[in-house]
Amino acid sequence: MKDSSQSGSGRLIKAPENFLTSEGVRQVFAEGKRGRRDFIRGAFAAAAAGVSVSAAAQGNPVPSEGGDPNILQLPEHSTGLGQAVATDGYGKPSKYESNVQRRQSPGLTQTSQASVSFAPLQSLFGIVTPSGLHFERHHQGWWDVDPSKHRLMVNGLVRKPMVLTMDEIMRLPAVSRFHFIECGANTGMEWGNVAVPTAQYSHGMLSCSEFTGVPLVRLLELAGADLKRGKFVLAEGADGSSMTRTIPMSLITSGEVLVAYGQNGEMLRPENGYPLRLVVPGVQGVSWVKYLRRIEVGDMPYSTKDEDVHYVDLMPGGLHRQYSSIQEVKSVVTTPSGGQVLLDKGFYNITGLAWSGRGKVKRVDISVDGGRNWHQARMEGPVLSKCLTRFNMDWVWDGKPAIIQSRATDETGHVQATYRQLREVRGTRSIYHNNAIQSWLVQENGEVKNVQLS
Amino acid sequence: MSSFRNLLTGFMLLALAGGATAQRTDFPGIGRTATPKEIAAWDIDIRPDFAGLPKGAGSVAKGQDVWEGKCASCHGVFGESNEVFSPLVGGTTAEDIKTGRVSRLNDPSFPGRTTLMKVSNLSTLLDYINRAMPWTQPKSLSVEELYSVTAYLLNMGGVLPDNFTLSDQNVAEVQKLMPNRNGKTTAHALWPGKEFGGTGKPDVQGTNCMKNCVAEPKLASFLPDFARNAHGNLAEQNRLVGAQHGANTANPEAKSSVSGQRTVVGLAPKESGSPAKSEASPEAKAVQTLLQKHSCTACHAPAQKLVGPSWQDIAKRHSGKTDYLVTKIRSGGSGVWGAVPMPPQGLPEADAKAIANWLATGAARP
Repeated sequence: MKDSSQSGSGRLIKAPENFLTSEGVRQVFAEGKRGRRDFIRGAFAAAAAGVSVSAAAQGNPVPSEGGDPNILQLPEHSTGLGQAVATDGYGKPSKYESNVQRRQSPGLTQTSQASVSFAPLQSLFGIVTPSGLHFERHHQGWWDVDPSKHRLMVNGLVRKPMVLTMDEIMRLPAVSRFHFIECGANTGMEWGNVAVPTAQYSHGMLSCSEFTGVPLVRLLELAGADLKRGKFVLAEGADGSSMTRTIPMSLITSGEVLVAYGQNGEMLRPENGYPLRLVVPGVQGVSWVKYLRRIEVGDMPYSTKDEDVHYVDLMPGGLHRQYSSIQEVKSVVTTPSGGQVLLDKGFYNITGLAWSGRGKVKRVDISVDGGRNWHQARMEGPVLSKCLTRFNMDWVWDGKPAIIQSRATDETGHVQATYRQLREVRGTRSIYHNNAIQSWLVQENGEVKNVQLS
Repeated sequence: MSSFRNLLTGFMLLALAGGATAQRTDFPGIGRTATPKEIAAWDIDIRPDFAGLPKGAGSVAKGQDVWEGKCASCHGVFGESNEVFSPLVGGTTAEDIKTGRVSRLNDPSFPGRTTLMKVSNLSTLLDYINRAMPWTQPKSLSVEELYSVTAYLLNMGGVLPDNFTLSDQNVAEVQKLMPNRNGKTTAHALWPGKEFGGTGKPDVQGTNCMKNCVAEPKLASFLPDFARNAHGNLAEQNRLVGAQHGANTANPEAKSSVSGQRTVVGLAPKESGSPAKSEASPEAKAVQTLLQKHSCTACHAPAQKLVGPSWQDIAKRHSGKTDYLVTKIRSGGSGVWGAVPMPPQGLPEADAKAIANWLATGAARP
């Protein structure tokens, strides 16, 4: 197939195999590992000597020998026998993907058991987060709980307090739904000023999965819960922290809240609450209690530690907002994003994620001039309620500084606000529920920086 | 939904998210009645109205002993420590106890927000300490320890006098002294229900302007150059191929425009099992599991001091002294590395020996 975009200048420089002998490639990688970019430039200059200037200006030029050695010299994988089925009973990502990891933000927490790891949003596609890259938030360390010994108790304002095994829970009618989960403190480090370099650290306490489980209302009905007096439900985990949060009954009777065991077609991962967790669509992650062991129906909210000391939003004037739970409309461009480098001028696909805890995302607009002019982005299907939505927009970069932003609007008409608009109402010390418009500065050298505008 | 009244009738029609579905509500053969003994074992929550509070009492004086034995190693002798967790005590005044509002929450120059500055309900402290403390042995406190250590915490914060005994009989009175008891509001739109009579309408609304929207934007905040590599080399945190590669933050930033540095390449992946990487010794690996299992890693790290000294520092100072280290691990102590005491660790002797031997022979990394 003939490449019609041959003359475009936006082609990307690929890995240097195109230019160098295999020995040279090894040396470039070794030097690159040591951070010697000057060496790499030299190597390229030497390898490209004798190549016409116009070819050198292309990302994928024709080498002097008249063809790409990756094409002309058949590689081992084209000329040998590959590996057998079930070589790995549970397949893993390619070894070339080892840069794509969930990571801790240095210095954010002093213990690694009550801490956070961030999902690498800048490297993910579509809307589903691979389970092994799902962000982590543990309050007292994670466990791999034996599912045959795990029990769920339902008590409180019920006619018949009950105990269920995993076998029994998994016999009940199941539903599968896609939902995002976002920590209430996502982007919390950025309330006052820029604090972290990449989308992973600024927005990576965000993941999205297909969850499979039983609507919690089924279990409450089974136990004969008093759904009139019982306006609140306490969810409690089985780990050391025995995490507790209050859930409103109105959300449960709508059928949305799930007692889930499945995640992306397999069981939940241990870091995400194996074998059972609560799924509370649209609500911050702390309410999605992991290792769920108990549901109590009550007539008042519980003011648990994570409702009275943490996950409370400090407002100007010194009052804290308590029981703040909904994750409001928000979006972020994931590429190009902070810490990345655009390799050349020309065409790029601006892509990112939008979501709202109040329902579906209705539209996303993108600005490349710091919010002066906006263009409607293409929303990719499926567009689901309380779920991540992928958006894209064509962009040709002219090599000049650009500030890229995205702005989401949800189906309730709520429009994502700027930092200035948010701070006018909420100040800068809330920690939680920062859903401001994110700005990425593309510099002339191609490097992208996390910035905030005045 | 009025149909919920007919719970016992078996079948009913429920309006579910995504459409109406006929759904039965009885599930014969699934679940059984929880016994009173089982409920007592798990139903440990303490509500703001003190429902669920265990009967008992504990004094400030007894609480000091509990604190110094089980809490001070993480939270500091006066609850002030910032080393492991945010400070618990500090920032509240006698005036706050009268008003129920902590005035320093309104002072942006005050450096931190302690637990006593934020917490509104005494029940919250009792519930949480009971279910989750101490850090490495949650749910191990006796009822007397629970009351006494809570009393001592409030005593350090100037809420309760030295001679006070906190009990199920006087918790409601003590609640009236909580410094930030009036410091919370539910008048916001972030609760997904109508239970609190919140505002319903979002407090901040963006603008949907499309053309010529704001004055020329000014950069107000960005990371300083010295923080360029603070999160590690970003080139190693991006995929090797793709529309953008990661910036090599191990090097200073390129000054030139993009056309001058076309040759940026992604870094090679770390090859697994490459010859440069030394093979992990099985002993060192087994010890890592023990360190995790016995929560040693809550206070100790390989190379830097946390609450206690690093493995490397211990290995250096006590090289070859396996027996001494076994005793130290099992009996605890203080004074060797500073004033913060290490509580006695109740792990099996064989495990203590394996850890001590690993330390005494250099604390090799796995």
